[in-house]
Amino acid sequence: MNYDERLQNVSVLGAAGKMGSGILLLTAVEMADLSLKPENKGKTFCLNAIDVSHEGLAGLMKYLKAQVRRIAEKKTVLLRKLYAERADLIENEEIIDEYIFDVMSIVRPVTTIESTYNSNLIFEAIIENLDLKIKLFSQIEKNNPNKPWFFTNTSSIPIHILDEGVKLNGRILGFHFYNPPAIQRLVELITLNNNSDEMVDFANTFAKNLKKVIVPSNDFAGFIGNGHFMRDALHGISEVESLSQEMPFVEALYMINKVSQDFLIRPMGIFQLIDYVGVDVVKFIMQVMNPNLPDEDLHSDLLDKLMDMGVKGGQNPDGSQKDGFLKYERGKPVAVFNPDTKEYDNIAEFQAKCDEKLGSLPESWKPWKVINFSRGKKETMLEAFFNELGNMDTLGAQLAKKYNARSNEIGNYLVSSGVANNTEDVNTVMLTGFYHAYGPINDYLK
Amino acid sequence: MSKLRRKVYMAGGYNTVSLGTGRKEFNPKKPRPGLEHYIKEAGQGTLKQIGGAKNVDEGAIGNFMAPRFNKQGHIAGLIPIIDEELQYKPCVRTEGACASGALSLASGIKSILAETADVVLAIGVEVQNSMKAIYGADVLAGAGWFQKRKNGHAYFFPGQFSDRAGAYYEKYGLDYARKGMKQWFVNAIENARLCPTAQEYENKVEDLGALYDKMKPNGKVFVDNLNVLDCSKVSDAASGIAIMSEEGLERCGISKDKAVEVISFSQVERNLTNDPPDLTELTAIKKAAHQALESAGITIYDLATIEIHDCFSIAGVLSMEALGFAEPGKGAQFIADGNTARNGKIPTNTTGGLIGWGHPTGGTGVHQAVTMLEQLTGNAGEAQIEIPADRPYGMTINMGGDDVTVVAIVYKRGDI
Repeated sequence: MNYDERLQNVSVLGAAGKMGSGILLLTAVEMADLSLKPENKGKTFCLNAIDVSHEGLAGLMKYLKAQVRRIAEKKTVLLRKLYAERADLIENEEIIDEYIFDVMSIVRPVTTIESTYNSNLIFEAIIENLDLKIKLFSQIEKNNPNKPWFFTNTSSIPIHILDEGVKLNGRILGFHFYNPPAIQRLVELITLNNNSDEMVDFANTFAKNLKKVIVPSNDFAGFIGNGHFMRDALHGISEVESLSQEMPFVEALYMINKVSQDFLIRPMGIFQLIDYVGVDVVKFIMQVMNPNLPDEDLHSDLLDKLMDMGVKGGQNPDGSQKDGFLKYERGKPVAVFNPDTKEYDNIAEFQAKCDEKLGSLPESWKPWKVINFSRGKKETMLEAFFNELGNMDTLGAQLAKKYNARSNEIGNYLVSSGVANNTEDVNTVMLTGFYHAYGPINDYLK
Repeated sequence: MSKLRRKVYMAGGYNTVSLGTGRKEFNPKKPRPGLEHYIKEAGQGTLKQIGGAKNVDEGAIGNFMAPRFNKQGHIAGLIPIIDEELQYKPCVRTEGACASGALSLASGIKSILAETADVVLAIGVEVQNSMKAIYGADVLAGAGWFQKRKNGHAYFFPGQFSDRAGAYYEKYGLDYARKGMKQWFVNAIENARLCPTAQEYENKVEDLGALYDKMKPNGKVFVDNLNVLDCSKVSDAASGIAIMSEEGLERCGISKDKAVEVISFSQVERNLTNDPPDLTELTAIKKAAHQALESAGITIYDLATIEIHDCFSIAGVLSMEALGFAEPGKGAQFIADGNTARNGKIPTNTTGGLIGWGHPTGGTGVHQAVTMLEQLTGNAGEAQIEIPADRPYGMTINMGGDDVTVVAIVYKRGDI
C-alpha cells in the first residue's frame, strides 16, 4: 500500500476535540490534495470524523469550513493549477468554493466507531485515558480486516503500553501534535522498535507534507514536551508555595507568573500556560506519567485542590480562555484565584507592590514578541539580557535565575534519562512546540 | 483633436482619505464607511467650495466595480444623496475600469463644450476593501477580457504587469530595471508622506530602498516579477471636482487663479480582446498623451508636473518611455537618476500616485485632477512643488485595464 492508498480511508477518533479537530483539518486537506492529483482521478477518499458528541461534530464542520477557506485563500495560485482542467471554474472564488466543497466531501462526521472498520489509518485524539484507548483500539483491531496503523496523539502515555495492551505488534506510534495543530509546527514522533520501516517512512512523509517539524522522542511517559512542561510547572508551583510563607498566596502566584514570563522572556507565564492547557489536563497528564516514573513524584496538591473547587481553565469553544489560576479579560490576566476565599483577587490591587518587590527588569529587556521575532538580532538581544540579569541581585532576578537553572536541569535530565536523543531535540521542542525564544539547555547564565 | 471650442475649467477639488492598509484607522475586521459615505463626503467637499448644489447643472460619477465590490449598481442614482438640490438633475455614471474617474471628467468636459452645462460635479469613487485581496483580484480582473481569465494568474492584473516587467527585464536587464522601479516606489512613499489624505502618509520606514531590495519577487506566493511594493494600494476613497465654463466660474464666484484651465484632453480605446502589441510598450498611453500634447500645442518639456497611472511600478517606467521622457529601455535609468522625484526634471505623482496615495480604482482619475489643481494653483500644502513660469502646464494620465482605456488631460492655472 503506497502513501496515497494508505490515505484513502482514514479515521480520526475524538475529531471534535481541541486536538482532534486540528488533526482532522490537516488530514482532510492533505487527502483532498491527493484526490485532486490526476493519477487519483475517480478514486474515493474518505475521512471519518468520529466523536461522541453530535454537538461537537456540528461545531467541527463549521470550524472546518472556515479553516479550509483560509487555507484555500492562501494557496489559490496552486489551486488554479489543480483545477486547470475544469472549464467551469474560472474565478478565484469559484475555485476556492469548489476546493472547500471537495475537502468537506471527504469528511464523514459520525458518532459510531464502526466507521473505522474500513480505515487503513486511525488517528487517536481522545482523552488521556489508557483503559478507554485500549478498549477502542481493541474493538477496531478485532473488526477491521485491513490491519490498520494507529497514530496516537497521546502526550503522556508510553506507546509500548498501548502496543502491548492491544497486541498490535508495532502497528502503533506516537504522532504528537501541539496545540493548536493547525498552527503549531511541532510533531513529536515516538516510534517503537517493532514499527515497520514503511510505517515510520509514512509518518515522516505525512508530517513533511503537513509542513511540520518532526522531533523524535523516545518512549517515556510525557515524552519531551510534557517531560519539560510538567516539571517546569511543578517548579513554579513549589516556588509559589515557598513564597507564600511570607506573603499572600495571590501575590506569590502573580510574582512567579511574572518571573516566568517577563524575567525569562517567555510567551506566557507558567500559570497562564497551565490555564491555557487546562488545570484538569495538566493534572491528568501528571497522573498518567507518575506511575511510569518510579524515582519522581509528579503530583501537586494545589492542582488537586483547584480541581476540587471546579477551577479548570482550558478554552471556550470560541477559543477564548476560561478562568483558572488566573482570571482573564480579553485574553489578559486581570485577577488571581484565592483558594481560601474561592474568589479572584484583582491584580491591580497588589501589582505595584509586587513589582517593587521583584525589582525592575534589566534595561535591555524587551518583550518576548519583540525578541522572538527579531531575526538575526535575537541571539545578541538574549545575550545582552541574560548578561545583565546575571549581574542583578533583585528578588525577581534571583527567582528568574533559579527558574532558568531548573529548566536547564530538566532539559539535561530528559537527555540523560534517554527521553530525548540530544539537547538539540529538547530545545527544538521548546522552541517550536512552546514558542520559547530560546531552548532550556543554554549557557546564558554561566 | 483641435483646440477646445470653449474654455473649460476645473475647481473645488476634494479628496477623502484613501483608506486601506497603511492607514492607522483601517481595521479590516471592523465595519467601515460604505460607498454612500465616500460619495457624500467628496461631493459635499466640492459643493462647499463652489457655492452649493444650486450652482450645479449636471453630475457625473466614475466608478469601476461597485456592482461587485459593494453589490450596488445604478451609481448615478447616488449622486443626489450628496445634496437634495441635485435631485432631478441629469447624472451619469461612467465606467472604463481604472479610467472610470477620468471618463467622468471627460463626460463633464464634453457637457461644457456642448454648452448643455456650465457646472458639472464630477466624482470618482471605489470602495474595494469590502473583500479580501484574493477575491478582489477576481473583481479587478473584469478590466481584462473575461475569455482570458481562466488562464490568467490568481492575481490577474499583477500577473499581467508581472509579464510586462518580465519582458522588460529580459530586454534590458533585471537589476537595471528594478533599480528604476525601486526609485519609483521610494518617490511614491516620500511624496505620500507629505499628503495627509494619502494611504502611505504615516509610512515610517526609514530605509525604503533597503526594504524594497529585501522583498524579492516570489512567484510561489505572489507573481514572478513584482513584489507587493511594486503594486498600487487597495483603497476606499472618493474625490470630487467641479468642471466649469467661464460662466460657471462666475456663477460659483471662483476667480481664475483658484482654478485650472483644461487646455486639451484625449480619450483613446484599445481593443480589449487583443494582447498588447509589445509587452514593453504602452501604446494607448503613448497615443493619448501625444494627442493631448499636440492639441494643447505644447511638448513634454512645457510640463511642470505629471500624474502617471502607476498601478504598478513597471507601468511608471513604461509610461515615462511612452511619453517620451526617455527612449525605449531608458525609462528605468531616467527614474533611477531622480528625474521624476519632486525636485527632479519632471516631478511626478507629487502626492504619492497610486502606489503612495492609493488607488480607489474608479476614483483615481478624479484624484489625479485634484492633485493637479492643487499643485498648479499653489494649494498642495506640504506637498507643493515649484511651478516654473516658463513651463506652467500639467498633465494627468489615467489608464483602464492593461493599457486599454486611456484619458490624458493637459491643464494650466486659469489666470495665466
